[in-house]
Amino acid sequence: MSRPLKKVGERSVGITIFAFAYLFFLYAPMLVLPLFSFADQTIFRFPIEKFSTKWYEEIVERPEMLRALWNSLQVGLVASLSATLLGLLAAKAITRYAMPGKTLALGLISLPLFIPEVLLGLALLIILNVVGIPLSLMTIAAGHVMLCTPFAMAVLVARMDGFDKSLEEASLDLGESGWMTFWRVTFPLIAPAVVSSLLLTFIVSFDEFLLAFFLQGNEMTLPLYIWGQLRFPSNFPPVLALGTCILVASCALVVFAEWLRQVGTPGDKPQVGV
Amino acid sequence: MTTDYIRVEHVTKRFGSFRAVDDADFGIRQGEFFSLLGPSGCGKTTLLRMIAGFEFPTEGEIYIDGQPVTGVPANKRPTNMVFQSYAIFPHLNVYDNIAYGLRKQRLPKAELDKRVQDALAMIKLSGFEDRKSDQMSGGQRQRIALARALVNRPKVLLLDEPLGALDKKLREQMQFELRQLQKTVGITFIFVTHDQEEALSLSDRIAVMQKGQVLQIASPRELYESPNCREVADFIGTMNFLKGLVKAIDGKTAVVDVEGLGLVNAPLPEDYSFAPVGAEVLVGARPEKLDVVRGAPHPGEKGVKGDIGACAYLGDRNHYQVTIEGLGHQLMVATEQGDRSTLASFSPGEQVTVSWGDNSLVLLPKT
Ligand SMILES: Nc1ncnc2c1ncn2[C@@H]1O[C@H](COP(=O)(O)OP(=O)(O)OP(=O)(O)O)[C@@H](O)[C@H]1O
Ligand SMILES: [Mg+2]
Repeated sequence: MSRPLKKVGERSVGITIFAFAYLFFLYAPMLVLPLFSFADQTIFRFPIEKFSTKWYEEIVERPEMLRALWNSLQVGLVASLSATLLGLLAAKAITRYAMPGKTLALGLISLPLFIPEVLLGLALLIILNVVGIPLSLMTIAAGHVMLCTPFAMAVLVARMDGFDKSLEEASLDLGESGWMTFWRVTFPLIAPAVVSSLLLTFIVSFDEFLLAFFLQGNEMTLPLYIWGQLRFPSNFPPVLALGTCILVASCALVVFAEWLRQVGTPGDKPQVGV
Repeated sequence: MTTDYIRVEHVTKRFGSFRAVDDADFGIRQGEFFSLLGPSGCGKTTLLRMIAGFEFPTEGEIYIDGQPVTGVPANKRPTNMVFQSYAIFPHLNVYDNIAYGLRKQRLPKAELDKRVQDALAMIKLSGFEDRKSDQMSGGQRQRIALARALVNRPKVLLLDEPLGALDKKLREQMQFELRQLQKTVGITFIFVTHDQEEALSLSDRIAVMQKGQVLQIASPRELYESPNCREVADFIGTMNFLKGLVKAIDGKTAVVDVEGLGLVNAPLPEDYSFAPVGAEVLVGARPEKLDVVRGAPHPGEKGVKGDIGACAYLGDRNHYQVTIEGLGHQLMVATEQGDRSTLASFSPGEQVTVSWGDNSLVLLPKT
């Protein structure tokens, strides 16, 4: 199956250079954000003459920005909880029951990933108008649930497919009901994936702009606020500071979620032999 | 039969148009060690899962203790199962695994603890309460699965190839322990295996299955000594099959003209409707019930001349392939290696006599 691995030295130097260039162009732009957040200037221009942390201190002096942050956290929480719950139900149905139209259901749930968000946002806006539901943070959250559920489902289906179904049968066999079997056996075993799904969907919601743009009422989420501030360059540096904080936090979350998904999956290695 | 504790009544299970279990109809007695034996894919697991309540018959009905159980889900049946993969809960330790069913019953704490401790003592794993399943060996996991099921005091214990994943030594030891355990607790065991030796050494009775059908149900001795068809005879041990023609029925024996052997007297089986005078039949002979000698056959036995073909030395016995005139294939004979002076006493090409007693022949329907 696997050809003997060549030593690094034998590989063409070109590939290595390409890899580094690729990584540089991918991540260097992101480093601009932290860099300028520490610069004691309001204009984005090199060279940076003086570094300071004053923009970080100014974060707390921007109540609107903090309010937008708080709104985003709320929306993210509602969206991730709802999407993970829906994803859990979908994963259970898909992995545990034989039902007609399974593939179709799977496709339909994943569809929002493939429809251009602009169209999705427009369609949702029209519907909300027709039905007469006023726009608010909750309409944004609802839109985000649509977007997040496929992610949640993908993570949870993978986990539920991966564990030995005879464990659930054993629980039933020992007299436990289907519902309690879920809580005593299934849930503890997929818990890492549930956490991973919560984190992932939270992040998807937290930095989503287009749907939020279409579905916003009077309140803004953080991405909307940042967009709005672009017109006022002098207001901008504290946004960079906050953005840097968020960047660090979300990187940490993603790494943690991945780690949970891979390492924190207890005991479903095949158990054969002595 | 009123003594049957479990009745499987004309049960058929179809997956699409495929019959995984085909009209199984038999009873199992209380306290019996009953085995389902057959090659891979013959429907053993499917039948067991129908008794456990994980699958439901397409046709037919299953009764446990007189009650029809179709429609009763697994968690409401008086059965417990030991899974082929053991299905030890990986997130629980040994103690909580064994206590799983008792927790559901909401036993008082003291009683629960006592029963779990007793179960741990029974499987000789006291002191391992806090271990997780991935810290246990295969044999230990197997015993935990056993204790987890038995601690609920089921009326019937179902075991799906519980020893399949163990190495030979451990398997033999566990077979012994399992048999001891079954005698002590007195619970009805239904045991699935594809290993004929395992089934023979453990069971009170065995159901031999093939392609979804139950071919014969009998005690190990009966299965070995009087199989009712070629498939059973072939699956349990080794047997020579010879074509024959029934010439006459004489009391409890049939006079059969057998290819290569001439006229023999074979004892009639219980049901000999397949062997009227003039019918083509098969005559079976186990290799170890035949013998090779020089000169005349053993006193009171019949014999036929032949040439030794291939020989195999197997330590405790010798195997010879003997070519006999008028027989389309070679006859396999196994002789015991008791007396050291007879070591490798025949060599290829030697002319010998194959000797047999009438009682060592089995009359079988022609397939
Ligand atoms: N859910 C199912 N859907 C379709 N076919 C099935 C299903 N379960 C079992 N079968 C088929 O039924 C037949 C019997 O399966 P079963 O698992 O009972 O065999 P078995 O005797 O236990 O074999 P083994 O010794 O390999 O475990 C097999 O051919 C299998 O492919
Ligand atoms: Mg099986």
